[in-house]
Amino acid sequence: MEDLWLQIVSILSATLRMATPLVFCAMAGMFSERSGTIDIGLEGKMLAAAFAAACVAVVTGSAWIALLGAIIVGILMALLHGVACITYRGNQVVSGVAINIMAAGLTVVLGNAWFARGGQTPDLAPDARFMPLRFPGAADASSIPIVGPLYGNVVSGHSLLVYVAFLAVPLAWWVLYRTRFGLRLRAVGEDPKVVDTAGISVTWLRYRAVIIAGTLCGFAGTYLAIAQNAGFSPNMTAGRGFIALAAMVFGKWRPWPAMFACLLFGLLDAVAIRLQGVRFPGVGEVPVEMIQASPYILTVVLLAGFVGRAMAPHALGHPYVKER
Amino acid sequence: MSGAPQVALPRWIDVGLLPVINLVQALLVAGLVVLIIGVNPVDAMRIMAWGVVQDSVSISYTLYYATDFIFTGLAVAVAFHAGLFNIGGEGQAYIAGLGCTLAMLALDAYLPGFLLIPIALVAAIVFGAGWALVPAYLQAYRGSHIVITTIMFNFIAASLMVYVGSDLLRPPGEMVPSSREFAPAANLPHMHDVLNWLGFDMPSTPLNLSIIWAAICCIFVWVFIWRTRWGYAIRAVGLSPKAAIYAGISPQRVIMIAMCLSGALASGVAFNEIIGYHHHMLLDFVAGAGFTGIAVALMGRNHPVGIVLSAILFGALYQGGAELAFEIPTVNRDMIVAMQGLVIMFSGALAYMNRPWIARLYAMLDRRAVLAEAA
Amino acid sequence: MAKEQVGIARSPPAETPPAAIELRGIDKSFGAVRANRNVDLAIAKGSIHGIIGENGAGKSTLMSILYGFYTADAGEILINGRTVRIHGSHDAIAAGIGMVHQHFMLVEPFTVLENVMLGAEGGALLAAGVAKARTELARLARDYGINVNPDAHIADLPVGEQQRVEILKALYRHCDILILDEPTGVLTPQETDQLFHILRALNARGVTIVLITHKLREILAITDTVSVMRQGAMVATLPTRQATREQLAELMVGRKVKLELDKTAAEPGEVRLSVRHLSVIDGKGVPRVDDVSFDLRSGEIVGIAGVSGNGQSELLEALSGIRLISGGEIHLGDRVISTGAPCDPASAREHGLAHVPEDRLRLGVVTAFPAWESCVLGYHEDAAYNGRVLMDREAMTNACGKLMERFDVRPRDPDLKCGNLSGGNQQKLILAREIDRQPKVLLVGQPTRGVDIGAIEFIHRQLIALRDAGCAILLVSVELDEVMSLSDRILVMFQGRIVGEVDGEEAEERTLGLMMANAHGQADEAA
Repeated sequence: MEDLWLQIVSILSATLRMATPLVFCAMAGMFSERSGTIDIGLEGKMLAAAFAAACVAVVTGSAWIALLGAIIVGILMALLHGVACITYRGNQVVSGVAINIMAAGLTVVLGNAWFARGGQTPDLAPDARFMPLRFPGAADASSIPIVGPLYGNVVSGHSLLVYVAFLAVPLAWWVLYRTRFGLRLRAVGEDPKVVDTAGISVTWLRYRAVIIAGTLCGFAGTYLAIAQNAGFSPNMTAGRGFIALAAMVFGKWRPWPAMFACLLFGLLDAVAIRLQGVRFPGVGEVPVEMIQASPYILTVVLLAGFVGRAMAPHALGHPYVKER
Repeated sequence: MSGAPQVALPRWIDVGLLPVINLVQALLVAGLVVLIIGVNPVDAMRIMAWGVVQDSVSISYTLYYATDFIFTGLAVAVAFHAGLFNIGGEGQAYIAGLGCTLAMLALDAYLPGFLLIPIALVAAIVFGAGWALVPAYLQAYRGSHIVITTIMFNFIAASLMVYVGSDLLRPPGEMVPSSREFAPAANLPHMHDVLNWLGFDMPSTPLNLSIIWAAICCIFVWVFIWRTRWGYAIRAVGLSPKAAIYAGISPQRVIMIAMCLSGALASGVAFNEIIGYHHHMLLDFVAGAGFTGIAVALMGRNHPVGIVLSAILFGALYQGGAELAFEIPTVNRDMIVAMQGLVIMFSGALAYMNRPWIARLYAMLDRRAVLAEAA
Repeated sequence: MAKEQVGIARSPPAETPPAAIELRGIDKSFGAVRANRNVDLAIAKGSIHGIIGENGAGKSTLMSILYGFYTADAGEILINGRTVRIHGSHDAIAAGIGMVHQHFMLVEPFTVLENVMLGAEGGALLAAGVAKARTELARLARDYGINVNPDAHIADLPVGEQQRVEILKALYRHCDILILDEPTGVLTPQETDQLFHILRALNARGVTIVLITHKLREILAITDTVSVMRQGAMVATLPTRQATREQLAELMVGRKVKLELDKTAAEPGEVRLSVRHLSVIDGKGVPRVDDVSFDLRSGEIVGIAGVSGNGQSELLEALSGIRLISGGEIHLGDRVISTGAPCDPASAREHGLAHVPEDRLRLGVVTAFPAWESCVLGYHEDAAYNGRVLMDREAMTNACGKLMERFDVRPRDPDLKCGNLSGGNQQKLILAREIDRQPKVLLVGQPTRGVDIGAIEFIHRQLIALRDAGCAILLVSVELDEVMSLSDRILVMFQGRIVGEVDGEEAEERTLGLMMANAHGQADEAA
């Protein structure tokens, strides 16, 4: 019994860690898409930010400056997306694909040239990273049955960025539904012309939305490179940007449901690691590849079964053109 | 693909000058990156260019790479004409490789090459098209966005191929996931074989007869899209889905047809790589060609002629890039990936950036020309 | 109320108060099209000023410039005697201008309150502004009698109320000049009267009102002064009481126009289209067409009157096979269409049905196609245009050339992109394509929306000629005048039902209007 509980606690703890980059990216995607700009470049922005965080951490040895650098790179990538989609009214999916591919190529080229390790960055010392935080009493609490491990390993024991991610959700909700900016943001994603005739700049509003998305991707990349891992490795995002996108769609472009979708995918990821080599009665051993592919398969199933297209912001994907 | 208002410009500007300007811009940014990592871009350019044109071997390699890109470029273009963005060329080509491998493994002991190769080609097409049909079905009848589902299917294909390669097909004693070598009878003739047989002397390269199949596909796509009623239906759905419904065209059916064709075209990569060159299944043989196809289609303006030209250009970048990475190790081969991203950005997403000033410039020059004539 | 003679666009003499709006030499071109030519206009403070002109005369462009949606190429704008620069809507709002757009500028999933507040939230946080907005809306309701539930979602409101939200938006921003762009297109005559009532109340409290319309009746009913635009230019401004219907019509068109159409009595023949208890339910489960039955005979035009959004569009889509029916039967010749045996547009065409769709640009043509390709839209599988595998390009181009000649489509170039044809010429091309097959039944939706007067006359004559040749024509139009002048019988639709039938000869605007609002009806419990 005790053993099983420890197992569950450890899975829950891993779920939070796996879900963290997804939550950041899903919120990023939500801000961008609520303003009417499709964001399939989450993956690329996160990857570029992860690379930036690792590089800055190597050079400065400071996790905080690394975070700043990642955010700046995330914003720059987002601005590129903005210039293509908002200013030049380009195809938003094409721009996102371009950002993903550019990030995949440039991070390796620059990383290889600067560190000569085939694209990897050198391993970081703990003080150049965001290390797990120990809450007061976490160590003592472990002796208390049931609650103890829960407090020690699920509530406590994560990197600061994990807490930031889960605080970002209520914050995003508050911004979206309780502020002037949120009202305008939701309006511009539904019908930019209304916003324009209300005397508000559609362009500036949408730029602010993609900048927020870039910032949040900066957090996601930082978490991957210098909190969860001790450095950057090529293509380390491994499709998480797309899973976050799917979580956002599954959450119908709303903060709380999107977060729960992220937790679900995080749980899947956490369980997958533990199921490797486990024999199931009747089924036998499930191939590792099957478990690895399960988030993608689940996403397809979810998209096919439960999520209609009716919930997307009405103006999503349409550049704003003042027509005659 | 965009709502941007357009002024009419002569065709040579739209299909000739603008893509070239986009390419130059992408190259300039790439040059900047090369400069940042401390390499002289002019030297890099010279090494790359020489790496392409130095001899018949390098040119053959260029064409061999280009063959892949023609297939994936056509695949993206056909879907584009139906208003679909098929990002899944990578996975479709990958699964097509499984198809032709299975056909070869099952039959290469019994059949002669002239039967085996067409059967393997058909198997590749069936598998590639089948892998594209699932997202197509989900888009057409369940409304799930094809961009997301095709991305997911790329990941699923990758996992599936690792499983098949390591658990099912791996020959005993082999460490890397792969299949056994096919019987020699199953090998598609190489270009140097054909040329030697015709009396020309040419060293051995991976370039094979798949390039002929690529050429046939180009002609087929052109005829199909612009000269048949099915192509008419595809373009109508892509340009105006509501008008297509009004005209009695079923968008669902068009989505299925276009994606089926798209997957079938992507399967050409498997033909070129597995049957044409490697003669056994291996992991990651697609090597990003599916994504390169997006850049190729965008630069080629979704037209077979443009696709052939930009596929050859990307083939040259691959060949030249390999040479460059060999000569200057600081420049990683992934520079080509970055280049692709830049090309997609400039000739796809930023395609309308240059049009206004080109249009103004043209109007100015045009007026001058008229005035000059009058005088 | 200011009733002085304004004259043709002159600044008022020094002793009179400055005009609320004065435009001097406004010029605006879109590419080769000059939408406004050197327009001068003065609108007296406190007046109700009408601007009338045909579709495409440049009225909306002029007002969009005034509201900051476009910037003029040349010219000057004065508000209350002071020159202002209007770069965006915020400048216009700051200058005290409010606008009720033809297509309402409302966010559909938002509530009335959110829509009213958007852009005038009164602080970075919503909480403070909400309370203020509620009190303000209550005050406006008291002062002007404009009652709308602030917590209702826009999508759930009838169009008349949506329009009131638009007016509230302007008033909430303290506008003292209110521009209304074609405000009555979506209203019943009775709702129009209510709107005019509100406008008079606003005017009595000093709000200057600018009414843009192409309907002479409305100009004569409510305005003090009327300006006429033609082909981008302001051709006259005169006091309304001195104007007559004929005079204004002539000014609008630039020549004498016949307001009546020559038409002989119909000679109805066999039943070509028979609709029995037809119902259509949309994706959200809302019944759009509800138990509709009627017969359509050869040699007659049956018009469907109704305020837009009462199921006419869905009826056309169901009959043409674009939309699946949810109940009832349609008999098209020998083909019986029911829920068990649904129809699609292709098979409807095979049974002799042709369709000129309401949404010309999105349905009728593919704007990116050249004319010759759009000219076979719907008939692209036809043997005449196809070989065994390849399409016969020459046959299509020739057919297109012939149709363009017969229907006077200009420019007569089959290679021209459809998007580059004017609205009237696109409509002629579509009509040509649909009529060319000598259909047994023709469905026509909004045949003259956005079409210039010359083309309207041509299209009307074609429809009558087709009727005389024995075609059965079903006409849907929101232009009551058009329905009345073309139809041999008129069916009135309200909330998806047919609530009345009137003989075309005896039709009267007032009675039709009452039927369109279902004033006699019992189905309208909500009212």
